Amino acid sequence: MSDSDVEPDGRGGAFHAVILFGGILFGFGLGVSRMARPEVVLDFLQLQDLGLLFVMGGAAVVSALTFHIGTNVLDRRAPLTGRAYTRRVREMDRNVLVGGSIFGVGWGLSGICPGAAYASVGIGNWPILWAIGGMFLGAYAQGFARSKLAERDAGTEVTGAD
Amino acid sequence: MLRDALGAVLLQADPVVEQFPPWLAAYFPDGVLSYAIGGLFIGLGVAAIYFGTGIIAGASTFLETTLSYGSRLSRFNQGKYLASRDWRVTFTVGIVIGAAVYALTLGPGGWTTAVQPWRLLAGGVLVGVGTRIGKGCTSGHGVCGVGSVSSTSITNVVTFMAVAIGTAQVALALGVSP
Repeated sequence: MSDSDVEPDGRGGAFHAVILFGGILFGFGLGVSRMARPEVVLDFLQLQDLGLLFVMGGAAVVSALTFHIGTNVLDRRAPLTGRAYTRRVREMDRNVLVGGSIFGVGWGLSGICPGAAYASVGIGNWPILWAIGGMFLGAYAQGFARSKLAERDAGTEVTGAD
Repeated sequence: MLRDALGAVLLQADPVVEQFPPWLAAYFPDGVLSYAIGGLFIGLGVAAIYFGTGIIAGASTFLETTLSYGSRLSRFNQGKYLASRDWRVTFTVGIVIGAAVYALTLGPGGWTTAVQPWRLLAGGVLVGVGTRIGKGCTSGHGVCGVGSVSSTSITNVVTFMAVAIGTAQVALALGVSP
């Protein structure tokens, strides 16, 4: 199976307790904002209830303040991991547009995104398991295709893998 | 009692929307407070993990890192996935618990969707593909990326928002409901 030589991002009770606590706040927020209900998200996408803008906006304001404090105010590393505080930056390429478009069709069709789907399990919405099963299928399919492409490329040209 | 008090604030007369002109208030039939307060909690979850660990947690990478427990495919077994797969399980368990706490306190208890299974399944597959190719989802790009003022994330959010609204409008026009 997988190599277990990789050092995990963190370990120990305190580390997992903080992650769990953050997840609980996150899931509670998805419940309060009713994003765990596909119907409410579909109402937004059909432009009948624009409340979702306040969910994403409210969360983004808090995270912006958080990352500002982490990168500009705190002059230290994270206590539980020794990691430096950074911002979330991803390289721009065509995949961001292609992936965003495919995600958009899926989100528009079902009203479901990953975090909200996990939260939906917590509110007892068992039919959401169709969506979660679908997400794993989709993630597996793209992983399968990319792994095979990477192997093929590695076979034809001797270059370092990404 | 707590439930009644918060319920009154969250779901009934919303003092913010009452200030809106009627044409704007029409777009917020359920007010804005419960949405904004929920968003605040989502942000606080990100903040708790960030300040404690320096990790910026998104929800969708879990799909791939969890597959690494059972698949040998190289894509799922890259170093950063193996390094994060354990805490991503913890994070997801936390999300489920947090939503359950909501449902059992302020919320309606158990609740199930009326959206048809084929929509959930087909939408889920596309979301699974798209989020992994596009490097993030509504939480990773939409909350953390936008909060980082990352132009990549803002581009991604504008893209999926426009496409999703278009898709939902087409579904509505075709009479797909619920």
